Amino acid sequence: MEVKELEKITSQVRRDIVRMVTAVQSGHPGGSLGCTDFLTALYFDVMNVDPAKFTMDGQGEDLFFLSNGHISPVLYSVLAHRGYFEVSELGTFRKLGTRLQGHPSVSKSLPGVRIASGSLGQGLSVAVGAAAAKKLNNDDSIVYTLHGDGELQEGQIWEAAMYAAGNKVDNLIATIDYNHKQIDGDIDEVLPMGDLSKKWQAFGWEVLEMDGHNMTEILATMAKAKEMTGNGKPVVIVMTTIMGKGVDFMMGTHKWHGSPPSNEQEAIALSQLEETLGDY
Amino acid sequence: MKDFEIQNHKDTRSGFGAGLSELGKTNENVVALCADLTGSLKMDAFRDENPDRFFQVGIAEANMIGMAAGLTIGGKIPFTGTFANFSTGRVYDQIRQSVAYSNKNVKICASHAGLTLGEDGATHQILEDIGLMKMLPNMTVISPCDYNETKAATIAIAEHDGPVYLRFGRPKVPNFTDPNKKFEIGKADVLREGKDVTIIATGHLVWKAIEASEVLLANGINPEIINIHTIKPLDEKAVLESVNKTKCVVTAEEHMMNGGLGDSIAQLLIRKMPTPLEMVAVDDSFGESGTGEELLSKYNINTANIVEAVERVISRK
Repeated sequence: MEVKELEKITSQVRRDIVRMVTAVQSGHPGGSLGCTDFLTALYFDVMNVDPAKFTMDGQGEDLFFLSNGHISPVLYSVLAHRGYFEVSELGTFRKLGTRLQGHPSVSKSLPGVRIASGSLGQGLSVAVGAAAAKKLNNDDSIVYTLHGDGELQEGQIWEAAMYAAGNKVDNLIATIDYNHKQIDGDIDEVLPMGDLSKKWQAFGWEVLEMDGHNMTEILATMAKAKEMTGNGKPVVIVMTTIMGKGVDFMMGTHKWHGSPPSNEQEAIALSQLEETLGDY
Repeated sequence: MKDFEIQNHKDTRSGFGAGLSELGKTNENVVALCADLTGSLKMDAFRDENPDRFFQVGIAEANMIGMAAGLTIGGKIPFTGTFANFSTGRVYDQIRQSVAYSNKNVKICASHAGLTLGEDGATHQILEDIGLMKMLPNMTVISPCDYNETKAATIAIAEHDGPVYLRFGRPKVPNFTDPNKKFEIGKADVLREGKDVTIIATGHLVWKAIEASEVLLANGINPEIINIHTIKPLDEKAVLESVNKTKCVVTAEEHMMNGGLGDSIAQLLIRKMPTPLEMVAVDDSFGESGTGEELLSKYNINTANIVEAVERVISRK
């Protein structure tokens, strides 16, 4: 898809995110806005998926696992615009009976979601298992994941990282949302993680880096990552982003990790985001 | 007692290994994962017969549970294997979110449960695992009593769509159930009909209940013995039918009183048929090193304790 077309979608997705969390006065706008460009590129250009024929097995198509489940607003908006369910359903986010649970869930059979996430650190293991199943099934599709940078503080991530490299899980492309922020502050203040790229290299992964807000660069890097699959190594992309990207007063601060804007702040935010596809 | 002829003495974990090996031959979707305890879990046969379907994950149980959940997404039926402690307590949140809440078709197979693993001591002797697992929505909890039943249960859970916790143990114990009996999940097994008391046991304590029944019969007490191999879902009908007849109950298990089989039976009876009940279970204590038999006696869950509990509960009728 053309970069301009993708950017049209990202503007609408960001509007959806702001409106969803404001409506229920809960949810996580910061990381959602920061990962909008990536998830839009993934679902509208990078991955081979057929939303109309969603199955739990996902045989013959690429899979995506959102490991940092708290940024569910961006996932739901992208899934809706991609056709997994009606865009109007975004209005049910976090409300009683909704399929759009606060954190992604399969309990109400929302198309596009294959596992619950929210408790951090579990998605890479799930993806490794799904990638192993694809190999057993002679399915040469790719499994994608997204993780928060703070999430890498969970030990299970590194268990999975060791397994994937040691067992040549090379149909797997993980991405790290490297915005340097977590709930309590800057990651270097909360728990410094050193050189992330070198850590992944030391664990035996192919490592790419990209600017998570430059659509041209995202598409080029993802294409390169795809080319690197099938060569005996898992691939990870350390993606630099800005938490709250697209809304000036939310950008670059951890304060909007899990706090919704007021109605006045929502109006300011929406004035900075063009309504390109129509609000839900 | 001729009704319960001991065919041989075998460990229940070997029943699991035999069942898994058979599944390897009959169900191509069955895969197995192990966290560096392949020999202890008796998974070597499956590994050797199905190298492509066996995943050695190393000492990384959290990753093992997550991978198992992921494998189901490709239509596989994963069996994870490690000690009961590392199968449950160590990975509770992974099981809760990625398996139980996500309702994934993972079979969590756990050996060395309870006190009878013996000398390794309390770090490994989990007595809380049944409680942990039965509290999870969507989870089926199975605790077979001997080699034959563990083998049959292993084969049966592959046909059940949903998360299962399968608990078994380390020591060689009497193998007495019918090797040709089909395992029915959720169906209690009345081993002996009686009228004076219902003894409801699970796992290794089923044989202890049979031993106790010999003593009781000699003392003129006629016990009914029920093997509850499926703790969740509980066969409420079978329990209530028996208790309605005997009017008192003793439960017996190699588990903590809190959260165990006795706790499930008590919940049922207090709601539907209040009845005197005694629990033979570990009373809010960790274990320690020793032989399995020594530990069962020290922690008051051996044959003699079942006999005493029966005498107590009958006096309360």
